[in-house]
This record gives sequence, structure tokens and C-alpha cells, in this order.
Amino acid sequence: MGALSSYRMRMERKLWKFRARRKRWQLSRVADRTSDIAPTDVLAFVVLRNEAVRLPYFLDYYRRHGIGHFLVVDNGSDDGSREFLADQPDVSLWSTDASYRKAHFGLDWVNWLLMRYGHGHWTLTVDVDEFFVYPFCDTRSIPALCDWLDTSAIRSFGAMLVDMYPKGPIDALPYRAGQDPFEIASWFDSGNYTIRKNGKYRNLWIQGGPRARAFFPDRPERAPALNKIPLVRWERGFVYISSTHMLLPRGLNLVYDEWGGEKASGALLHAKFLDGFVDKAAEELTRRQHYANSHEYRAYHAKLKDHPDLWCKWSEKYINWRQLEILGLMSKGNWA
Amino acid sequence: MSVGFVMLVHTALDRAAAVARHWAAQDCPVVIHVDRRVPRAEMRAFRAGLGDLANIRFCGRYRCEWGTWSIVAAAIAGTEMALEEFPEIDHVYLASGSCLPLRPVDELRAYLAERPRTDFIESVIAEEVDWIVGGLGKERFSLRFPFAWKRHRRLFDRYVRLQRRLGVRRRVPEGIAPHLGSQWWCLTRRTLTTILNDPRREIYERYFRRVWIPDESYFQTLVRRHATEIESRSLTLSKFDFQGKPHIFYDDHLQLLRRSDCFVARKVWPQANRLYDTFLGADAGAANRAEPNPGKIDRLFSKAVERRTRGRAGLYMQSRFPREGWENGRTCAPYSVFEGFAELFQDFEDWLGRSVGARVHGHLFDPERAQFAGGVPVYNGGLSDSAAIRDYDPKAFLTNLIWNTRGERQCWQFGPADNQQISWFMAADPNAQISVITGAWAVPLFHSRQSFVDLRKRAAQLQRIEAAHLQILRSPHTRARVRIWTMADFVQNPMEPLQILIDEIAPRAQRRLTEAPRLADLAGFGQFLQNLKNQGMKPHLMGDFLVGDELQALPARPRKPYLVQ
Repeated sequence: MGALSSYRMRMERKLWKFRARRKRWQLSRVADRTSDIAPTDVLAFVVLRNEAVRLPYFLDYYRRHGIGHFLVVDNGSDDGSREFLADQPDVSLWSTDASYRKAHFGLDWVNWLLMRYGHGHWTLTVDVDEFFVYPFCDTRSIPALCDWLDTSAIRSFGAMLVDMYPKGPIDALPYRAGQDPFEIASWFDSGNYTIRKNGKYRNLWIQGGPRARAFFPDRPERAPALNKIPLVRWERGFVYISSTHMLLPRGLNLVYDEWGGEKASGALLHAKFLDGFVDKAAEELTRRQHYANSHEYRAYHAKLKDHPDLWCKWSEKYINWRQLEILGLMSKGNWA
Repeated sequence: MSVGFVMLVHTALDRAAAVARHWAAQDCPVVIHVDRRVPRAEMRAFRAGLGDLANIRFCGRYRCEWGTWSIVAAAIAGTEMALEEFPEIDHVYLASGSCLPLRPVDELRAYLAERPRTDFIESVIAEEVDWIVGGLGKERFSLRFPFAWKRHRRLFDRYVRLQRRLGVRRRVPEGIAPHLGSQWWCLTRRTLTTILNDPRREIYERYFRRVWIPDESYFQTLVRRHATEIESRSLTLSKFDFQGKPHIFYDDHLQLLRRSDCFVARKVWPQANRLYDTFLGADAGAANRAEPNPGKIDRLFSKAVERRTRGRAGLYMQSRFPREGWENGRTCAPYSVFEGFAELFQDFEDWLGRSVGARVHGHLFDPERAQFAGGVPVYNGGLSDSAAIRDYDPKAFLTNLIWNTRGERQCWQFGPADNQQISWFMAADPNAQISVITGAWAVPLFHSRQSFVDLRKRAAQLQRIEAAHLQILRSPHTRARVRIWTMADFVQNPMEPLQILIDEIAPRAQRRLTEAPRLADLAGFGQFLQNLKNQGMKPHLMGDFLVGDELQALPARPRKPYLVQ
């Protein structure tokens, strides 16, 4: 059974790689600065659409934390994102107008770029509204973390998605370009997550948070997955198979300890619930480019009509990574 | 009277150069061994960068492979050169390229001058002490290791297995007993000379060439043969984690390193600019004669290892998801579950809250919704009262609740009408205090005045569920503090068990209960049970109630608090 399932996994991985290679023809090069990538650079991989307002802070945040180069796929933006990115000295940009859904929600494109440029690098695959927080991120850079992971012979690093939301209606305060989104969306749920193990791919499946609480109180099984493995020391044979929730080979999904100990882990602060989200939810509903027939966006849309407040008395206000670690959302592991 | 440094360098040459310059500029000769694998161009630049310093030398280069003799060979080459070329030095300090001096060289010099005959080298007997963290222990000395683990892992493992199977046991040469210790030492000229001029050196070297990780045993063993005064500790602060890998120092360790009063620290992240700027800076500071005191750093790192290996009890999260039985505590704090109390007493929840000062919830596993204290829809940590969310993963609901309310004891009601999925989890949890009054679920039925046909059905259903639950609580796998009374027994004498429970929940309070919870009106309860029986049901969990109204007299006037001793 072991050999058979390994073989199946191998075939599945090959299939994903094949898809990625085929989908590369959809990407057209806008700005290729990949020759500037140094061998020790940590690389960020991003797929986006119409994120001009969020991009300045996003790039600034990750530059400050030591990302060496950004490899971006622009999926048909018409708000100036493309022009903005093409001018950045540390961004390589590809663009496509092809279907996001048919490219497996952008995954095929990212897998191709990872395969082509990620090999031998530490790679961080994130969305524009995801901000990577890790132990000691206020004093140590992402390359410091990656060096430590290298010496500890760890190949992948988990960072759970933590949904951040404002106090009051989601669209009450406007977000300005360049602003820290967590000045507005500074609240999160600290202890209402459920975890189960995925026997097939060995990853953990985490759900919960404000989205389960507010949008899926009757169908918690439909609440979106929050487990993510964004930081990987990439090798040509690796593929992401469902957003950045899981990878193949399966060993990369073992970012948790099963014998009582804690492995080091981080968090992706998710600045989804900001001004603009309401419009976006409506738009995504008509575009129908999202996962599982966009049922997630349907649920949002249904509830957002009455301007809900995700905030409650027990919401935690974000302070820093130490707070997340004390609350048990992430861990230093044995990194001291 | 001086100290010379031997530096083993393989990466981050710019940092190594800065450290070497720091020492050399303060009149400490430095001999540098650069790994043979460093490209020639880099090597040339490195040499040229230090060319202005007369007391820096470069010794013959070896290709250093972790765990093999080559590292010792490099150290010996450097040491021999240092002793020969710099006759003024009395101590040789072995350091690496990622070492960082924490105190001015003058302090080290003064420290060593006070102890001119002392050898600072950690050296523990391999036979008796478990010094090694992870990896091979005594077999380091009894097997042969011709293959490098980093490059030929499979070959390495296979050869070890083969030797084990063949029962290979190397003989340790006469005159030495294997000792182990930190690779970084500071030895006197006298000791080093005798080690290097030992007529049996050839024999020992031949033996150690095939020992695993000889850099942690060669000098450590031989000093025991030659030294007169061994101080078995390293002057280099170097900590290892649970896998035997060195901990790394970063900028945020600055204050900790400063206060440690150690002379040299290893290993420092090459890009820790602030550490390098601070400790290699010109700031000499007041003369400090303190003994090295790495206690604080020790604690920091041992706590990190503890977190990695044991974790936080009762926490389930993205990087800690223990298998059943490996949790080191299924929940993080004690809690109390009361079954039947809220049914038997009219104001039990309020009374309990007043008596123990804990948080008292209603039926958390109620099929309609989780009845949090105060009836709030969302509780600590954002726990929702939605029954669907709770029942999606009841175990997570419970462990989250206990984790979110650390520092405050949680109590709640439970009963056969609730979702029973959580039964086993609570029963197997040593943190659970479960107290059951069996059959008390009949009291609300008794008060409901519904038609007897419906009542009978419901009663039979509840009784069956409770019986199954009791079976779990009485199973040998149960780890909870379980107490079970029949309703009849409890009604006879409620204060004694209540006092015991209260004392267990709040042991420091040591209060006698002055006030009893109000018992529900049980007049006619015996007849009610008899009626159920007459309908064809067999209520047995309540214990024996008489058909008449005799019993009612008892609880009507509350008994005095029970006096123990």
C-alpha cells in the first residue's frame, strides 16, 4: 500500500508539473529582472489582480523584512498595478488575461515560476493581502529565519492565516495607498480554530476565525482553510497543489509536531476585510473565478448586505508576534 | 605573557577577517586556517585584506569535512604554527570564523595570567556521562567512520549498521580513556607541547582518524594524559539544541551576551551587524574581572529546547498537533463538570459561582447552542455559541475554551440531553472533575407536567444515554476525577458531597459552606417515578424513592452544614 500510494502521489505531482509547464505559455513577460537575483536571495511569488492601492505597502513591508526579489503575475489588472510594478527595480513581472480559475486559481502560473526561478532559493508565496509574521520578525529578517531553517535541515515553514478585521463595519474607514492596513484592521480571533489532519496529503486542515464565526455559523465545514505553508526551500520537483495550503511531495506538509513538541511556525496576517472588500466580493461573484463555485464569496455577499461588524467583545487587538505566540497561534519552536 | 588565537574559517570570510583584525590589533597573534574549499580568489582577497598586520599567519589548508579528522588536523596545523612562530604566547585559544569576542582582550589576558597553568577545556568521561545530544554515543569510539556523514549519508549509515551486525569493537590505545567535550578550548603552551611531542602521538592519531567527530574528543582525551590543571569548561559560550546543532546569536541577544561576561561567543549570524559593531567597536569599558556567567543564556536556550520537545500542555495549533496519548496534558487546566446538579437545585449555577469564584456555564453541549455564562453569543477567544460549529469539532471546542480561559477555572453543566460526543475526551482527561447525580434529569420532566406517554419515551431515552455515559466514566481508561451519586443518596445528605467538591475546586478558600443551594420541590416525586413504572418504564438511575411523601420533609428544612471532624 505504501509503495502504491507513493506512486500515485508521484503521478499526481508529475501531472501538476505538466499543467504548470503547459500554462506557462499564457504568461507574457512585462519586465524581466531575474538576472539580478543573487544566489542567496529570498524570493517572493505573487499572483494579483487590481491591487494598485495595496501594492506600495506590500512591497515596502517585504523589502523591509529582507525579500530580495519579487516575481509577480498580473492577471489582467486595469487599475495601474501593472505599470506600477513594471517600474519597481526588484520586481519581475509577467502578465496574462487568461482565466484565473482555469489556471487552478493562479497556481499553475506560480508553480511554473517557482520551477523556473525558485530552485535552490527560499521562496515565499503570498497574496497581496497576506503579511508574513514569524518569530522575532521585529528584530530578525526573513533571511535570518531561512538561514536558521537551513542549519536545522527544515525545508518548509508553516504560517497560519489569521483574518484581521476592523472594529465596526468593514467599509467604514477608507484605506489609503501606502498605509499599514493593520492600523484599520487591527483585530483578530485568538482561540476558535479547529484542526484536523488530512490523511492523504498529511497536512493539517485548519478552519475557524471570524469567517467561520460570522459567515458560516451553520455550515462550519464550508469555512475556508487557514493552514498555509508559504515559505519553502524550493526544488524543481516541488509543486503547490491547493493554493499554498499544501504541497507535494507530502513530506513538505509536515510542518507540525505529533509527539507533543512545538515546531517553529509563523502567521500570515490577512488584510482581507478592509474598505473595498464589499465591492470586491460583489465583483468576484459575477466573475466566478474562485474556488468551489465561489461559494465563499456567495456567503460573504449574503451577509455583507447588512454591513456586519466582525468585531466582538473577545476580539484581540494585534500588538506583535509575541502576542500571537503567547496566544498559541504560532510558536518559536526551538529558535531562540 | 600573551594569548594567541587559532581560527578555523570556512564561510563569512569578511566577519572572520574583522574578528582576526580585532585580536591582532590588540597584540594577540592569530593563525588562520582557511578551508581548502574556499575558492582561490576569495582566499587571495582575504589574505590581502589582512596583509597590514604582522602578527597574522595562515597555516597549511585542509579540506574540512564535518565530523572527520580533517578539522583536528587543521587545528593541529594552526597550533603548531602558533607555538613555533610566536614564542611569547602562553595560551592558545581555538576559535572559529563565526566566533565573536565579547570582552576586551586585556580582560582575557588578565584572566589567563592569573591562571598560568590552567587548561580550559570541557572534558567529560565518554564511558559514564551522556554528554552527546542526538547522534552516536559510545560507538563514536568503538566503530570506524571512513565516510563523511554530510556527503555520503547512506554509505555512512550502512557501514555503521554493518559494523554493528559484525560486532566490531575497536580497541582504545593504551594510555588514554576517551573523553568528550566542546570543540573550542584554550590550552597552555606546556600542555600543547607535550601533546604534540608525545612519542605515542602517531598511535593516537591513527586511532582518532577513524573516530566519529574527533574534534570533540582528540584534545579532550589527550589533555587528561598530559595536563596538570584542567578546568573542565569552555571559555567559549556555545550552546547546542536538542539535535546537537549550535544555537545562533542575533542582534536581539546583545544585552544577554553583554551580561553573560563570557569571553567569546559562538555562533553568531554573519549578518548580525549590531553584534559585530558593538563587540568589535572601540568601546573598552571599565575593567571587568567578573567570572563568565552564561546562566541566563543557558536558561533561554533550554526553554527553547523544552518548547520544541514538550510544548505547551493543552495547546493544539498549526505546529503542535499531538497524536492521541502524546499531548502531555489533553487540556491545559483543571475544570469541573456537573451532571444533574442544575436539575436538582433551583439556583445551582449562581450558588456555585458565589461559592468558588469560578466561571460557571450552563449546558455547554446543549443541542440548541452552547450556554456560555451570562448567555453571551461569543466567548473568550471568539468561541461561537453556534451548536453547528461546536459539534463540528467538540474536542477543539473544549480544548479551546480551557486554553482561552487560562487562569480562571471553568465549570459547566452536562447531562444526557446534551451532545455526548465529548464524553470520552473528558473521561480520559486528568484535568476533568466530573460529578454526577444520576437520574436527576427526571426532575425537570417531573415538573413539566407533560403527557405521560411523551414523558415515558423521553425518560427512557435519557436513562439509556446516561447509562452509557456512566459506563464510560467507570471504564478503566478513565483518568478524570469522577464522583457518582444516585439522586436518592444525594438528596439524603447534600452538604457533605458539595463541601468536598467545593474544597477541591478552591482548596485555598477553606470555607465552610454556610448557604446551601435551594433544592427543587420534590413533593410527589416518588409517585411520579411509580407512575413511570406503571406506564411500563423502569427508572433505576435515581435510586430508591418511596412512593409516599415522607421524603419531602427532609429537604424542606435545609440541613446544617456538615461538620468534618
